[in-house]
Amino acid sequence: MKNQTVDPRRAAAAPRSGGEGAAAGASSNEAARFTATSLDQRNARTERGFHTLFLAMSIVLILPVLAILSLLITKGAPAFSWEFFTEPPRAQFTEGGIFPALVGTLWLVIVALLASVPLGVAAAIYLSEYAKDNALTRLINLAIINLAGVPSIVHALFGLGAFVLFFDFGTSILAASLTLAIMTLPVVIVSTRETLQAVPQSFRMACWSLGATRWQTIRKVVLPNSISGILTGVILEVSRTVGETAPVMFTGAVLFTPFLPQGVLDETMAMSLHLYMIATVIPDVPPEVPYGVALSLILMVLILNSASIGFRVYLRGKKKW
Amino acid sequence: MAEGTQPLPTPVASGSPAAAASPATAAIRVRDFNLWYGDFQALFNVGIDVTQGKVTSLIGPSGCGKSTLLRSINRINERLGYVRTTGNIELLGQNILAPGVELTPLRRAVGMVFQRPNPLPLSIRDNVLFAYRLSKGGKTDRAEEEQVIQQALEEVLLWDQVKDRLKSSATALSLEEQQKLCIARLLPIKPSVLLMDEPCSALDPKATRAVEELIWKLRGDYSILIVTHNMAQARRASDECIFMLMGEVVEHNATGEMFVTPKHQKTADYIEGRFG
Repeated sequence: MKNQTVDPRRAAAAPRSGGEGAAAGASSNEAARFTATSLDQRNARTERGFHTLFLAMSIVLILPVLAILSLLITKGAPAFSWEFFTEPPRAQFTEGGIFPALVGTLWLVIVALLASVPLGVAAAIYLSEYAKDNALTRLINLAIINLAGVPSIVHALFGLGAFVLFFDFGTSILAASLTLAIMTLPVVIVSTRETLQAVPQSFRMACWSLGATRWQTIRKVVLPNSISGILTGVILEVSRTVGETAPVMFTGAVLFTPFLPQGVLDETMAMSLHLYMIATVIPDVPPEVPYGVALSLILMVLILNSASIGFRVYLRGKKKW
Repeated sequence: MAEGTQPLPTPVASGSPAAAASPATAAIRVRDFNLWYGDFQALFNVGIDVTQGKVTSLIGPSGCGKSTLLRSINRINERLGYVRTTGNIELLGQNILAPGVELTPLRRAVGMVFQRPNPLPLSIRDNVLFAYRLSKGGKTDRAEEEQVIQQALEEVLLWDQVKDRLKSSATALSLEEQQKLCIARLLPIKPSVLLMDEPCSALDPKATRAVEELIWKLRGDYSILIVTHNMAQARRASDECIFMLMGEVVEHNATGEMFVTPKHQKTADYIEGRFG
């Protein structure tokens, strides 16, 4: 189908492209000019081949997602009940629910966001709008890339050493969230910087030539037009923060506490650690419970994300170029 | 800071020998100006006078330094970081390259119109008021704003088309309207000089005509320097003409004279389309 619309143009262009096409184009008469030559047919076959290949790869990509979701739903949904979401675990984790872990993870995510989003966005603004291409900028970029490559268990040890011990926050939400914040900072910085750089340069030129300072330009034109992209970075960060186990394990999350956290210096339960423990360490947990926890973890990410996705869609509707 | 220039009496018709402007009437005086992008020298000992209240066009082949020269006059080139200059550029008698010159007031005094219309992604109203609000530190009252908007849009012959949709997005306008809006947003802060970098090259012939007429109408109140690739445009819409080649000024003359009796062979070759 597609080939029919493309081929005539190809055939017409062939004489100019030289080689086999040129010979065919030159020897054919006027009437035969827009028919496919052997070169065109070969091109069309290659075209179809690659089209199919890329399509197949994209479909393969969604298979694991579907598989994971269906497994979790079939195995985990039976664990869901009102009590599952509102009760603390009881009887050696074999009964009760996940309420404290749910609340604890929310605390961790929110405190981590409060720390990393302002820091990351500010750094990205500096790198995108102010920084000149010099040694300092290159050093910062190198640091960001390396920070992104540090394994999470190393972050965990760093958080333990720096926040828990050195700053003496103890095992607390604050220490765990700061560790998570440092770990996800590169995501926020890189995605924000890319969004800022996607704002057309002509807007900045227009602003500067009207006598606006850099900050006025950023405030009035650059940020309003990149807020939806910045939120994408935040979404990515939320997803990662919710699921991380290692960094919170040493710094703030505990296996069990009957109390909900009252402040950032309390320790807390967390979904990811809870899942890890009941799936591998705690004996005699009913088999549907770990799946139920995993499913709730995914649902939690979805709910947190859809809030910001909704906000993003709303903002995109107001985009003006 | 220089408030808007005094409107001059009716400008002399093109064709009169007004080439060598006396210092008193020069809005922009460039002397011995050299500019390097890194190691590459883009401008060589450039010296031009732009007469107050006149339209001066800068012509020359691509890469001859016209836009570079234009962008040096509001110092927007400097954001590149690797630009070096020597020499003088005087705006209304003041050297703008002197240390201590603040860029913000300079850019308010020198309005710039770009090749591709670049209204900000705001409403028409906010576009026109953008520079005005910045210049007032954000403290403007509504009645004052209304008056500023109407005056600016009337001046660029856009008021009647857009007066009922000032709140709609500026980027939804036609290219011609966008370019006029880009001119209109300069006017409330009363610049003395308007720099235009091929202001019509993204427009169709009818819109070009309209914008040219607007430029012609603004002359007198503003000193206008236009970079253009379009010989016909330079010929019909400017009082004076400067021909540049390879970073140097070859000829500066009244437009009528330059197009009829160019002094240099290279000018003649260029305007007759033998190169460039």
